[in-house]
Amino acid sequence: MHHIAGVILSSAKPGITVNVGEPQCKQLFVYRPCLMRPLCCTIPTLPNELEAMMQLTSEEQAMLNGERGPARKWAIEHQIQVGRMFDAVDMVPVSQSHMMADPESLGEAGVAFMENFAAMDEADRRVAIPMITDPRGVDLSYYDPLGQTEEMANLERRFIAACQSLGIIMTDTCINYQTIMPPVLGDHVAYGDTGVVIYSNSVCGARSNFEGGPSALAAGLTGRTPRYGLHLDEHRQATRRFRVASEPQGLTDWGVLGAVIGRKAGSYWEVPVIEGIERIPTSDEMKHMGAAMASYGSTPLFHIVGVTPECRTLGDVGGEALAVEDITESDLDVLREPFGAKGKTVDVVVFAAPQLSLVEMQTVADLCRGRKKHGDTAFLVCTAASVYSDAERMGFNRAIEDFGGKVLQGTCFYQQYAREIGEANGWKRLLSNSTKIVNILGGYGYAPALASMEDCIDSAVAGRIV
Amino acid sequence: MARTLKCHVGIGPDVTGEALVASDNFSARYDLDRIKGVFSRPQHALAGQSYHDKILVLNTAKGGVATAWMLHEMTARGITPKAILFNQANTILAQGAALANMAMCDRFEDGDVTTLINTGDRVTVKPSEGIVVIE
Repeated sequence: MHHIAGVILSSAKPGITVNVGEPQCKQLFVYRPCLMRPLCCTIPTLPNELEAMMQLTSEEQAMLNGERGPARKWAIEHQIQVGRMFDAVDMVPVSQSHMMADPESLGEAGVAFMENFAAMDEADRRVAIPMITDPRGVDLSYYDPLGQTEEMANLERRFIAACQSLGIIMTDTCINYQTIMPPVLGDHVAYGDTGVVIYSNSVCGARSNFEGGPSALAAGLTGRTPRYGLHLDEHRQATRRFRVASEPQGLTDWGVLGAVIGRKAGSYWEVPVIEGIERIPTSDEMKHMGAAMASYGSTPLFHIVGVTPECRTLGDVGGEALAVEDITESDLDVLREPFGAKGKTVDVVVFAAPQLSLVEMQTVADLCRGRKKHGDTAFLVCTAASVYSDAERMGFNRAIEDFGGKVLQGTCFYQQYAREIGEANGWKRLLSNSTKIVNILGGYGYAPALASMEDCIDSAVAGRIV
Repeated sequence: MARTLKCHVGIGPDVTGEALVASDNFSARYDLDRIKGVFSRPQHALAGQSYHDKILVLNTAKGGVATAWMLHEMTARGITPKAILFNQANTILAQGAALANMAMCDRFEDGDVTTLINTGDRVTVKPSEGIVVIE
């Protein structure tokens, strides 16, 4: 039972009332879809009515009433709909929002949707908290050579203009935890991009659900998000316990391990805890593992015993009572097997998903330096715009371009009309060191193959997979 | 004789249509050719089949966040399923359904929904009541 101060509550079973005027309680309101009216303090008793309720503060109620403008009214209505499906009781303030919105996903409809907000008064349309963006779908400095059209570029231009008018910071990155402002332990955030969410939850100890573009936008406008899922302690406890026999070597192996665990976990609502990792992984290793785990399993959080901040011991995450599931060499081999193709001609080598850190850029540049790729094999590297600038200054971009490759800034390959650019360039066999990207691109008409960074570059030189 | 399945309260309008069922997972980005309106991922259990105007019945969501925008984009072009039923949705699918005003429900009381409904069944989905009726 909620003790409520002031005017509150929706319709409920008539005749059952509770106290009003509890001075220590914040003012709350309860929203019921399609029937929102303040009554004086009846409290519902039917389970389905309880499910339908969400407590709102006076500020949230003002947004819902339209007193904070139409953008925030849309935003909080959207959040209440989603919160209701996941039994959120109230909203939680968030410190940042991060929006995935590439033009392929948005389409004309999504861009027009954003432009509606951009046309509103400035006070109504400005986001309430720092809000940043995931990779773009078109590198506006290099799209025609990829086979992207002016129509695609114009969608991108319109979307960027709309975002900027809302005060959104165009970071265009899926590695904001390495480049912008990493969240801190216990920090509630509203992040999009599954790789961003799983890293931030697991490695930083932040609290975020997967927030798709519309919900990240809603969080940016309201400064809060429904309190469900990973915002709650009970959903952060381990539900599956995996033991690793041998530690991964190299980024690709970390990705393969993440993919195997993600596939075994297999649901957004499962939380793997991993034992057997003795060496502290690097940020890039955790990045590849998390991105692959989220891609294969829709997994938003993992723990590593003695490594990640919420899991100093197995008991911290309730793992002791769980049955141990061993990750075997056979598990890893089964995952790799469809992405073999040794000796086959390779059309395009891609480093992306996630975007490369400055350290990865240096490694690629060092491997490329003094060599030339095969004339029939394209070679693309995707990184954040901020990393691109640093890589330019350090000469990494030059080394990659002297090799014959191209560094794209602020994009990620699978988010940039992968089907269309594949067809335009006749690319079928794609090679990458990203376990995530080879999982995605099968549906886009590619025959994806997986290899280490070193083997990818050797293959680009040979024109076939070494 | 009609059979009623109880599920969690969902999102979107009441709809009626023909079921297309698989014990497989779902991502609009990973699995669909959204221009042609078919499942395009060769490994998917519904590969090659049209999802247009169907009541999709699947296990759970997978992969990334793009589906949240993509359901909206699919709806705008008019090539879209009428509803998606899951054993368990994830946050992205729910968020996408909310923006697209697409019917979506999950968590069925009688067990695995991919075995409770058969492909070809005529099904009515009532998200606000948390029920699905098989005619």
